[in-house]
Amino acid sequence: MSHEHECSHYLPELSDYLDGELSPELCAELERHMAECEKCRIVVDTTRKTIELYQSSSDSQKTPSDVKERLYKRLDLEGFLIQPDKPEANDR
Amino acid sequence: MQPEINVGRLIQHDRREYAALVEAYTDKLYRMALRMTGNEQDAEDVLQETFIKVFRNIEGFKGNSSLSTWIYRIAMNEAFMLLRKHKPEGYSLDDDHEDDDLTPREVASWDPLPEESLMSMEMNHHLSDAILRLPETLRGVFLLRDTEHLSVKETADALGITEGTVKIRLLRARLKLREYLNRYFREPGKENIS
Repeated sequence: MSHEHECSHYLPELSDYLDGELSPELCAELERHMAECEKCRIVVDTTRKTIELYQSSSDSQKTPSDVKERLYKRLDLEGFLIQPDKPEANDR
Repeated sequence: MQPEINVGRLIQHDRREYAALVEAYTDKLYRMALRMTGNEQDAEDVLQETFIKVFRNIEGFKGNSSLSTWIYRIAMNEAFMLLRKHKPEGYSLDDDHEDDDLTPREVASWDPLPEESLMSMEMNHHLSDAILRLPETLRGVFLLRDTEHLSVKETADALGITEGTVKIRLLRARLKLREYLNRYFREPGKENIS
């Protein structure tokens, strides 16, 4: 198999590899290929970083307080809204 | 830690349980809707309509999927409906062109990622911009799987597609995003590796 052909052979396995769901045999095969292929190493590393960037930017994202207030009002649940400066809800 | 939501109490219209559910899911649904639609007003509409439909239809929740998956399915449907509404009449949602070549073109190493707290507004803007360039069908899969941490099966259930389709779309979404973001995060002076 040519080197480039080998790279494209592993491309469909990239997601499973990053998710830790690749079979041990294929995982070892891919890692052997990556040890010799800088391009594939970079693609794997930058794809992993792409996922991490979205995860860390999402995990910390909070709903703006005015959006929350309007939501609770629309749902007729205003009495239960937990304000950032009020640790306990009025009715819970 | 997410509180346990009691479906039985929701069916009995227990308002405290409603409020607990809203508190548990608001941030998740709002951020997903914002990334999905790219518009604050649309995200707010998705958020409100999702909870209204959840409360209205809770008696029909059969437990075939988890409550969480069921809620995400309603929210995704709302988001897709809004996206469709904004398109000219007769247009369907952008589908992925599966015959597109996914072979990475931009290959250069990236700077180390900043700590979460140091992520700048500019960086967040790049992330939002890149995700909105994805076809909607890929965007939905990526958000549920990679930012909302649903399993492949839950993502498939929430979107009404097969697990195989989730896997294919997830790979395509990740590779496309990597390609879009390459220009912002590659180390200065590093050339593409051919």
